[in-house]
Amino acid sequence: MSTASQESPAPRIAPPLAVLLLLALMLASLLVGVADLSWAALSDQDWLILLVSRLPRTLALVLCGTSLAVSGLIMQMLVRNRFVEPGTTGTLEAATLGLLLMALFAPGLGVFTKMLVAALCALGGSLLFMALLRAIPLRSMVMVPLVGIMFGGVIGSMTLFIAYRFNLMQSLANWSNGDFSAVLRGRYELLWLTAALTAIAYAAANRFTLIGLGRNLAMNLGLGYRSVMLLGLVIVSLISAVTVVTAGVIPFLGLIVPNVVSLMMGDNLRRSLPWVAWLGAVLVLVCDLLGRLLRYPYEIPIGTVMGVLGSALFIYLLLKRTRPAYV
Amino acid sequence: MIQVTSVTKHYGDTPVLRSVSLTLPNEGVTALIGPNGAGKSTLLGIMSRLQKPDSGQVLIDNLDVHSTDNALLARKLAILRQDNPISLRLTVFELVAFGRYPYSQGRLTDEDTNQINQALGYLNLHSLQHRFLDELSGGQRQRACIAMVLCQNTDYLLLDEPLNNLDMKHAVDIMKLLRRAADELGKHIVLVLHDINFASCYADTIVAMDQGSIAHQGTPDELMTPAIMRDLYGIEMSIQRIQNKPVGFYHL
Amino acid sequence: MSELNTSGMDAAASPFWPRVTPGQRLVLAVLFVAIAMLGFMTLNVRAGWAFTLPFRAEKVAAMALVGFAIALSTVLFQTLTHNRILTPGIMGFDALYMLLQSILLLTLGRLFYSQLNPHIKWLCEVMLMTGALCGLYYWLFLRQKRDLHVLILVGIIFGTLFRSVNSLITRMMDPADFDVLQDVMFASFNRIDSPLLGIAAFLVAVISAWVWRQRFQLDVLLLGDAPAINLGLNQKRLTLQLLVAIAVLVSVSTALVGPVTFFGLLVANLAYAIAGSHQHRFILPMATLLAVATLIGGQAVLEHLLHFGTSLSIVVEFVGGLFFLWLVIQQGRR
Repeated sequence: MSTASQESPAPRIAPPLAVLLLLALMLASLLVGVADLSWAALSDQDWLILLVSRLPRTLALVLCGTSLAVSGLIMQMLVRNRFVEPGTTGTLEAATLGLLLMALFAPGLGVFTKMLVAALCALGGSLLFMALLRAIPLRSMVMVPLVGIMFGGVIGSMTLFIAYRFNLMQSLANWSNGDFSAVLRGRYELLWLTAALTAIAYAAANRFTLIGLGRNLAMNLGLGYRSVMLLGLVIVSLISAVTVVTAGVIPFLGLIVPNVVSLMMGDNLRRSLPWVAWLGAVLVLVCDLLGRLLRYPYEIPIGTVMGVLGSALFIYLLLKRTRPAYV
Repeated sequence: MIQVTSVTKHYGDTPVLRSVSLTLPNEGVTALIGPNGAGKSTLLGIMSRLQKPDSGQVLIDNLDVHSTDNALLARKLAILRQDNPISLRLTVFELVAFGRYPYSQGRLTDEDTNQINQALGYLNLHSLQHRFLDELSGGQRQRACIAMVLCQNTDYLLLDEPLNNLDMKHAVDIMKLLRRAADELGKHIVLVLHDINFASCYADTIVAMDQGSIAHQGTPDELMTPAIMRDLYGIEMSIQRIQNKPVGFYHL
Repeated sequence: MSELNTSGMDAAASPFWPRVTPGQRLVLAVLFVAIAMLGFMTLNVRAGWAFTLPFRAEKVAAMALVGFAIALSTVLFQTLTHNRILTPGIMGFDALYMLLQSILLLTLGRLFYSQLNPHIKWLCEVMLMTGALCGLYYWLFLRQKRDLHVLILVGIIFGTLFRSVNSLITRMMDPADFDVLQDVMFASFNRIDSPLLGIAAFLVAVISAWVWRQRFQLDVLLLGDAPAINLGLNQKRLTLQLLVAIAVLVSVSTALVGPVTFFGLLVANLAYAIAGSHQHRFILPMATLLAVATLIGGQAVLEHLLHFGTSLSIVVEFVGGLFFLWLVIQQGRR
């Protein structure tokens, strides 16, 4: 049983290699596109395409992938459950509802204000979900995402109903299926906010690990339990709102990335969070490239590609991480 | 010194603690015993600020545990509850290192590393230190948790049934270790025990609880009498002296 | 899952009006259906009776057929899997059917596919559906033995998977026409695919007749697999037959009006609560009658009184989602 293993169990992936892979993928993302760029001698026109369309898209992908994966990780710590992400706790649905309400009642307001309202709604949705969890005795690990998915579904059908009644189905479709084809300079900059939020999350990584240990242990170690909980929820809500408003929902990303990293190197966030961020970016870049190349010159939205990949991986994880019931 | 003053607690309509007042000495090992539902764990939870009392007050070194800054308290007292379902994939070392969080907020100093290694050594966990918790047995995980609270290096150590999940050898080892920590490091250890013989052999003071009140308090010799045990547990117990310790026999 | 089996039996006495016999309850349900139909046919007629009545009659027939098929498939599936939460709709079987449609279209080619006789095409799809369903059932329920909640979650995610793969495939086929294609493929309560009505009605009738003959065997199956085998049931054959029946019924309802996730869950559980008996000879007719009554009645209220048009499915999703939450929480409490 006790083999003396002095080495850390985490595989040592060389960080430079990881950065290199990310840069290569970003370059590939820049190179692929409908408009032909003559890379040997970039004309003014080419530069314009690069700066207005290609570069913003690649940056948006990296920012979204990173922050969504990290928000999933934080959510998993806060709820103390492996199978949650903002998409299975009602957070994303509440953010979408908030955006829809803003489009309905205050269409003239700036995108930043709309995003803030959406973030508030997302926070409200998450808090409601937490309250729901406290109200019910949870026996099994899968009850939590199950309740969350249904809770999100109820909010979602409310949103759908409103959108349907007030002819806002088009906007709703934009928010609910992740798509980066419309990302241009001037329409994605809000996403830089997620970079700041990810940095804050990293700074508080130890606190989130402690939250993941549970209330008793966290309190024992002197953690301000409620304030860290609130900080986590605020970060997750803001990231959700920003990504929904700029790119739309990318399903399951926040769920599978932290799970894969956890299986490889554990849950000490100080160590694993950078890898979660990295893998999130890599996965989103790969999926977006796939979506652009599968049916070139047409584009398949990243939400659809991730929907296939993510749900298949989620089923695999579910069956791997739960034991067969021998009844 | 731990002073509990008229602490009352209800779960719904059921009273769990009925105005409990208790003063515990400054050092040594104190065992809380009593039948199921006597309120031992709740009292420990309130003493350690994890639970709030309906009324009453707990002072540790004259600090009110329910109003003092949480981070300050974490350097004064450590609490380990009986079930700590940790679902995170942390290594033993990482978990124990979190015991230093109150001091270093995660950025380990040399002093922290020393303390961690000492705690790992105390609990004989060095060979397991890089294993993930979810790869360990229940007893090994329990030892890792104890190492974590030990690593907190607090004057007061509150443990709720620390012998749960442990086989006889490890149970004895833990009790010996706690005794040593009290004697050599001058710590005050309060623990809930189910096995009265462990309480009798290792504790300086025994506090017996029954139906939400303190029934008796005293040294093992004072408490280990057939009359008190009958009163407390409703069973006939013959008390023998073995190696100069009172030991209760009630299995036949 | 053995502890769940008893839950199938404890509804013997309904909490509502305990004195009313199961037979009388069925009569009441028939009355409800009649009222709903009457309401749908006669409320808010503007265009003149000669036009309205045949137009609406076709819709009523389609909705009745769909409600019937959904209720029947749900109860059969729940009896088969010994639980009251998982339904074909929640497992995403309707999404699976639509996925198979796309795959068929992809393999046969657009031109050939569109020239195919719709009846033959549809029968092909039903056969594919049966095969897929059997495969899925054997893999998930017999190979991967998990507790109920894991199965529910896996089922829900399967639904997402089917939908995503389907939209991926349709986009691969013709990204430019994607939206048009989506529109054609998504039937709804307001756009019922009526040419299939005849053959669908025929198939549902055949299946209903067969199910009715099995009603006592179904009661035995409700006891659990082991007791059923002990009592001499050919459980393997019955399981296979039930899967075929469910596949056909799901194909019927999906082909006619598209996916409705929670409707089956709602009517089946409503039927368990008010049928006044756990026996399938009461449960089955009660569930189907309730389904027909709620579908037609709901559509009558929404379309002709409130003028909300196609929002019935959204309302069903909302109410159904809340009900599902409640059910899961109740399950957790026990």
